[in-house]
Amino acid sequence: MTRFMMLVSALIAAALPAFAQQDGPEARARFGPADGPAMVLRSTTDITVLGPTLQDFTARNPGIAVAYEQWGSNALYEISWRDCEAGQSRADAVLSSAVHQMVDLVNSGCAGSYRSSASAGLPAARRWRDQLWGVTQEPAVIIYNTHLVPPQDVPHTRFALLDLMRRDEPRYQGKIATYEIEASGLGYLFAFEDSLEASTFGALMEGFSRARAVATCCSAEIIKGVSQGEYAIAYNVLGSYVNARRDPNVGVIWPQDYTLMLSRAYMIPKSGEQAYSAQKLLDFLLSGPGKEDLRAAGLLVSGEPEDSATPASALHTIAISPVLLVALDRQKRAQFIARWRAAFGR
Amino acid sequence: MSRPAVIAGATASLKRRVISGVLALLLVGGAVAALAAFGYGRAAARESYDRLLLGAANDIAEAISIQNGAPVVDLPVAAFQLLALAPDDRIYYSVRGPDGAVLTGATGPLAQAGQTATPKFFDSKMGDENARFVSLARRFAERSFSGTVTVIVGQTLRARTEMALGLTRDALIAAAIGGIALLAAAVLVIDRAMRPLRRIADQLVGRDPHDLTPMETQVPAEVAVMVGAMNRFMARLDRQVAAMRNLISDTAHQLRTPVAALRVQAELASAEEDDARREQILTRLQRRTRSLGELLDQMLSRALVIHRTDAARRVPLDLRDVALDVIESRDHELVAPSRDVVLEIGEEAVMVMADTLSLSEALRNLLGNALKHGAGRVRVGVTQEGAQACLWVEDSGPGPSAEVLERIGERFEKNAASVGQSAGLGLSIARAVAFAFGGELKLGATGQGFRATISLPMQEEQI
Repeated sequence: MTRFMMLVSALIAAALPAFAQQDGPEARARFGPADGPAMVLRSTTDITVLGPTLQDFTARNPGIAVAYEQWGSNALYEISWRDCEAGQSRADAVLSSAVHQMVDLVNSGCAGSYRSSASAGLPAARRWRDQLWGVTQEPAVIIYNTHLVPPQDVPHTRFALLDLMRRDEPRYQGKIATYEIEASGLGYLFAFEDSLEASTFGALMEGFSRARAVATCCSAEIIKGVSQGEYAIAYNVLGSYVNARRDPNVGVIWPQDYTLMLSRAYMIPKSGEQAYSAQKLLDFLLSGPGKEDLRAAGLLVSGEPEDSATPASALHTIAISPVLLVALDRQKRAQFIARWRAAFGR
Repeated sequence: MSRPAVIAGATASLKRRVISGVLALLLVGGAVAALAAFGYGRAAARESYDRLLLGAANDIAEAISIQNGAPVVDLPVAAFQLLALAPDDRIYYSVRGPDGAVLTGATGPLAQAGQTATPKFFDSKMGDENARFVSLARRFAERSFSGTVTVIVGQTLRARTEMALGLTRDALIAAAIGGIALLAAAVLVIDRAMRPLRRIADQLVGRDPHDLTPMETQVPAEVAVMVGAMNRFMARLDRQVAAMRNLISDTAHQLRTPVAALRVQAELASAEEDDARREQILTRLQRRTRSLGELLDQMLSRALVIHRTDAARRVPLDLRDVALDVIESRDHELVAPSRDVVLEIGEEAVMVMADTLSLSEALRNLLGNALKHGAGRVRVGVTQEGAQACLWVEDSGPGPSAEVLERIGERFEKNAASVGQSAGLGLSIARAVAFAFGGELKLGATGQGFRATISLPMQEEQI
């Protein structure tokens, strides 16, 4: 197992120069009975988003309490590795938006197997080895500030965004934001998936460079920035985090050329102590009521986007498969980040 | 037609035996087929997925380039898409420089990784799962970098196992279908083959108890053997039953008249007061009783002969021995001590297939007839006439009247019996014996007298 540890250390060292010291959960919460043992769920999802779903779960399963820990995706990846190494997992379930990291954990034999009629009913792109399941469906969208971007400028495709960035208008200079891919596992995954659609991605890089785009951290901050007019446009934002009531002046676009669909990956660590509760939670998330809760939280959008101009065939689900291992490859990642840094002038 | 369900002592039904035989064959064959199919399936799965593994390793090796004097891997997605064709298997990959330093991918030692350009497959573990690996070397000889870069790609075995099991399952399903068809065909064929037996059984059950006629032989050769044997058995039974019936009716008929005469004589004797006359009656009574005894002897002998001719084994024998034995026993001297009996036999053996006792009895009867009813000297002889062997008795008298001769074909002559004489019975014995051994009884006058001949076919080859 030492080779894993070395690999992990190398990855962490490469990926987290600024955040390496941040090694605890960002937030905690507890659902269900206040006393007695609780199953530990570690997730990258904001507590406020997933909270109601967990509340419903513990209400339906009175014996089970859920101790929720919210982590950054890279930190979650690191702690999961350490647990796997140690052969004893503090977490009983892990739910991460950085699917490629979860695939790597499963590929390294860190996950326990489970099969139920609900899990077997998932499409092939949303399950792997009966050890990793995609429980949500969230689009990667372009958002814009409705005051700063005139209707004729609203980019409905990546090509429109490209044209916008190439116009060298001061209105958009330094006002386009996207994820900092070195800090956000999810941002990296989105960018990597974009790179597989090669032709557009090269041009996008060039466009970001020309428009002096901003790479920054975290969904909430980016959305807030767009809402308050700090940024005019943000690219590859997780659509499920945009809340019309909380974030006024934000328009959402499902790119019509293709819209990446993220399915957060749920894993039950092999060495977790409360695997049964974790399995119950998985079955709940895949059940009718669980799906209703996720849908209410915006984590499960149906195939039909509100922006109905995007055809369903343009929805491109990020398949949970070993192909995602390429995204985590040390040299691949180094090359990718080098290219990214060059575009953002760092 | 009712049919006995189970016959005591019958062994297991032929159908059940064949079915269990075929079933056993199928089970053994199925096990062998399963093993063979699994072996084949494993080989096929290994070959297919080894190709995927090698393809991926080649893809990765192709993607190695030298940048700034160091090998760099631009890991191709295509390689992993290839590996993902085994959708549920974990993947291992590692690219190492000439000094064994890991360029990218998994670290940690792998003993079997070779340095040869030809790909090398090997089995090892990935964590706690068995896995298959391939190691492939690519040599660089450039100004800035020279050395061998090794690519190792591995994959767990789920897809392989699944494919092998799938192939095995398919083969077994095919074998099972074939087996069931074979079983059904076997049952059908046996059922058809056994149908004649059932028909014969039905016929036997439905038969009149007195019907001993042969059964039809339109049956398969295997069954015909049995039917033939049964028919022969029934024919013998028929003859014996007929002989028995004849004996009983003959005996009753033959005995009724003499016994009635005896009773009358006895009544007369008891009623007679004159001693001299009673003495006379008693003498007659005595003679009659002796005659009755002789008749009984003859009848028994006939019954014996008829039984023997049917049951006794035929052996090659010399007719001269038979004649000699009868003459030498000198029984005729008791019957007619004053009469002259001459034996006339040749130098050469006259062989027939027959039973000595039956022939002796027949000859004894003919001799008795000649002594009793014939006249003058009696000659007993054996001659060979063409393919016929003849055993004959000749007296010097004229023989019976033509009228009697005509009736000689009947079983016996009632009139002869009724007077306590039994020429007819003796002839009938001789005739039965001749007939039983495939010959005949000839009666007729010769120049010197009356001759009775038992004529039998010669035994063809002397052994």
